[in-house]
Amino acid sequence: MALENKVPPGPLSEKWTKYKSTMNLVAPNNKRRIEVIVVGTGLAGASAAATLGELGYQVKCFCFHDSPRRAHSIAAQGGINAAKNYQNDGDSVYRLFYDTIKGGDYRSREANVHRLAEASTEIIDQCVAQGVPFAREYGGLLANRSFGGVQVSRTFYARGQTGQQLLLGAYQALSRQIAKGTVKMYNRHEMLDLVKVDGKARGIIARNLLTGELERFAAHSVVLGTGGYGNVYYLSTNAMGSNVSAAWRAVRKGALMANPCFTQIHPTCIPVSGEYQSKLTLMSESLRNDGRVWVPKSVADAEAIQRGEKTALDIPEEDRDYYLERRYPAFGNLVPRDVASRAAKVACDEGKGVSKTGLAVYLDFASAIIRYGKSEALTTGISNPTEAKIKELGEEVVAKKYGNLFQMYEKITGENPYKMPMKIYPAVHYTMGGLWVDYNLETNVPGLFALGEANFSDHGANRLGASALMQGLADGYFVIPYTIGSFLANEIRTPAFSTDMPEFEQAENDVANRMEKIMNIQGDQSVESFHRRLGKIMWDHCGMSRNAEGLKEGRQKIRALREEFYRDVFVPGRADEFNPELEKALRVADFLEMGEVMILDALERNESCGGHFREEYKSEEGEAKRNDADYTHVSAWEWDDTNPILHKEALEFENVELKTRSYK
Amino acid sequence: MKLHLKIWRQKTSTATGSYETHTVEADEHMSFLEMLDVLNEQLISEKKDPVAFEHDCREGICGACSMVIDGRPHGPQNGTTTCQLHMRAYKENDTITIEPFRVGAFPVVKDLVVERSSFDRIIQAGGYVSVNTGQAQDANATPIEGGIAAEAFDAATCIGCGACAAACPNGSAMLFTSAKVNHLAKLPQGQVEHKKRVQSMVAQMDKEGFGFCSNVKACEVECPKEISTENIAALNRAYISSMFTTSD
Repeated sequence: MALENKVPPGPLSEKWTKYKSTMNLVAPNNKRRIEVIVVGTGLAGASAAATLGELGYQVKCFCFHDSPRRAHSIAAQGGINAAKNYQNDGDSVYRLFYDTIKGGDYRSREANVHRLAEASTEIIDQCVAQGVPFAREYGGLLANRSFGGVQVSRTFYARGQTGQQLLLGAYQALSRQIAKGTVKMYNRHEMLDLVKVDGKARGIIARNLLTGELERFAAHSVVLGTGGYGNVYYLSTNAMGSNVSAAWRAVRKGALMANPCFTQIHPTCIPVSGEYQSKLTLMSESLRNDGRVWVPKSVADAEAIQRGEKTALDIPEEDRDYYLERRYPAFGNLVPRDVASRAAKVACDEGKGVSKTGLAVYLDFASAIIRYGKSEALTTGISNPTEAKIKELGEEVVAKKYGNLFQMYEKITGENPYKMPMKIYPAVHYTMGGLWVDYNLETNVPGLFALGEANFSDHGANRLGASALMQGLADGYFVIPYTIGSFLANEIRTPAFSTDMPEFEQAENDVANRMEKIMNIQGDQSVESFHRRLGKIMWDHCGMSRNAEGLKEGRQKIRALREEFYRDVFVPGRADEFNPELEKALRVADFLEMGEVMILDALERNESCGGHFREEYKSEEGEAKRNDADYTHVSAWEWDDTNPILHKEALEFENVELKTRSYK
Repeated sequence: MKLHLKIWRQKTSTATGSYETHTVEADEHMSFLEMLDVLNEQLISEKKDPVAFEHDCREGICGACSMVIDGRPHGPQNGTTTCQLHMRAYKENDTITIEPFRVGAFPVVKDLVVERSSFDRIIQAGGYVSVNTGQAQDANATPIEGGIAAEAFDAATCIGCGACAAACPNGSAMLFTSAKVNHLAKLPQGQVEHKKRVQSMVAQMDKEGFGFCSNVKACEVECPKEISTENIAALNRAYISSMFTTSD
């Protein structure tokens, strides 16, 4: 299959403007007759549904939660990037584009990334107009901070709850359209299949989670904004309900899954505390603006800490290894996530971990507290402040910037991070891979679009901090409203589809059979136990570092686990009622297939790039070593029960020179 | 530690519910929901129906978790959602009573799960700024004093969990509604529609069957985001003044 990316011709910086101005449009009178299904109400889904509704399309929008406001975008903490250059520090659309391409280790599509950087500035304008309460300076103008992998301050934020505020903005825009009747909202409805008519995406089968009933929905086009697949690892920073099912069902109907092995392990999460753990909590990357990462220089000190005989405060300054500052002087603690995560793993593998399990490093705010305290004392006119006063003032400043994060840390761990450095460890956070889409964000199934984390297009092999919110909103507010016209302009004569068509009946029967099969197993093991085991296999064999042998073994283990699942899973209750265990079982069944594709992709990609680190391919200093000659392409997988098939889209770099990524 | 749970079980929204007792073995580092996971795994291994409860992000921001623990929405700690409550707050042999939010406008779906779409409809009645995508001016064109933006933010941190209504003896949604009204009213962007917004959101709140506010202020105590009842006072002022001054 030839993958046509449909990138428009012309110079990079003019592609999008020119394309937008010359593409086919759907006239207002026709929009009223055209129906669009949007699945998911996170930043991408909600912003898309709201904007398509504003434009006059008839939108049906779906979420599996009790309210669209609960989508997991709500939990994003740190911020959203935009090339506003309000700080006059040398930022520009080109620099944001370049940083994103480099941060992604040269595995993303230039034209998509440039468009993202262009849209970034409009997003901030839009969100402020909606009433998103971003942080502001004394003069009333918007404040910025820095995130990893960049040397400018371009991140806009609302304390540590930026995702919440942006999502509420999109949710409110969506609510306005629901009230106007342009969007019909279906809460507690989970998409369980995609319906194709004559090869085009024309509808979905969804389960009403309250009644258990299967319902059919038809439209001219289907848009998925259904997030990533990080929960394949069981333990991740994703919400418990986050799942790959909508995207995976599309793959089962012929869509391609691109770069599935590109997963992001976030360096600063609260470490695992026990076997019962159900999820991991992120500590925002913004903390690395002020926090310094370190471990003891000597293994003996680390072991004393692990045994509880010493604490961080017992280790004198000269015996600490601020390893990020040492290894990467140019970016220091603000290296990109993949680099910081691997460095933490290296330190812990050397035996220098600082928790009972040996799997944690320190994130220390002591020097930031002193620095802020001194500056605060100066500005408030306190001469000769005592050390205690400096600390007090400094803690106040830190609380203002990160208060809710420090509070969250204390609630979970029972330790006070103002007094004792935080303990952190990497955890699965985001998936750069996703459904293959062209420049229009359309998958290889005509009429099926994928937005936000659900697609693969913008972050390459590693996403920079504060870019997920940017991409979700860019896709939803500023890209899909235009590019969906490329498909719908040819559909203005297509009448509404009836859900009585045989294609719908067939799809509904397939779903019913799938559910019946799982309900009838009546085995002895819970869904949760299978999910935990799958997560362990994925983390051990396809986690922070991978090798061919381990991946092959992992694939066998997943296949065996899948077989066991279909033999011995136990789902209580009935399919025709409210049944959270059945919901979970259907999601885990899909993860059991998705995990295999991730492993296959990791095995096939014989190079290290971004979040994909193959132990066989590293430099003498232990850094990731790409193989541009053989792997400057997107790997897009077609599902097949025995042997999934690989398709390739070559990545062409016309504007950026491929270099070894260096943050030294 | 060994804990005794007295949990509300109710098969459907129309069924009669009752308490069931269970014993679980918990660890002090577990979150409250992880303790319930242990109970559910136990029930599933006995081929029994697990307890249905709403949860998702488990980091205190999605607003899904919604139970009443020993008489208090989200449990004994102030400013804490159920998912952030950890078992170190309990001791060996404690008995914990768990029940759903009990509010007329939040019908029970099953066990501890309630339906809160009435909150969505209150937002749909006007909890937004009417600006279409692409109509915005430059974000820095209107400076907003840092303190004012921070006050708007404080009101905007509401997670829509419904603990305020569950804590209120009248089952009132005034804290929820006023938080949104005030978030938007504080900002110049929200001013244009302010008066109309107050009226339509209050009307929708009444229509949904939420009770009146009689200044009990239990909502503020139980709100996991510690949203202030000053918002309610501001809403009341705005509502009264809007009745005399709206243009239509």
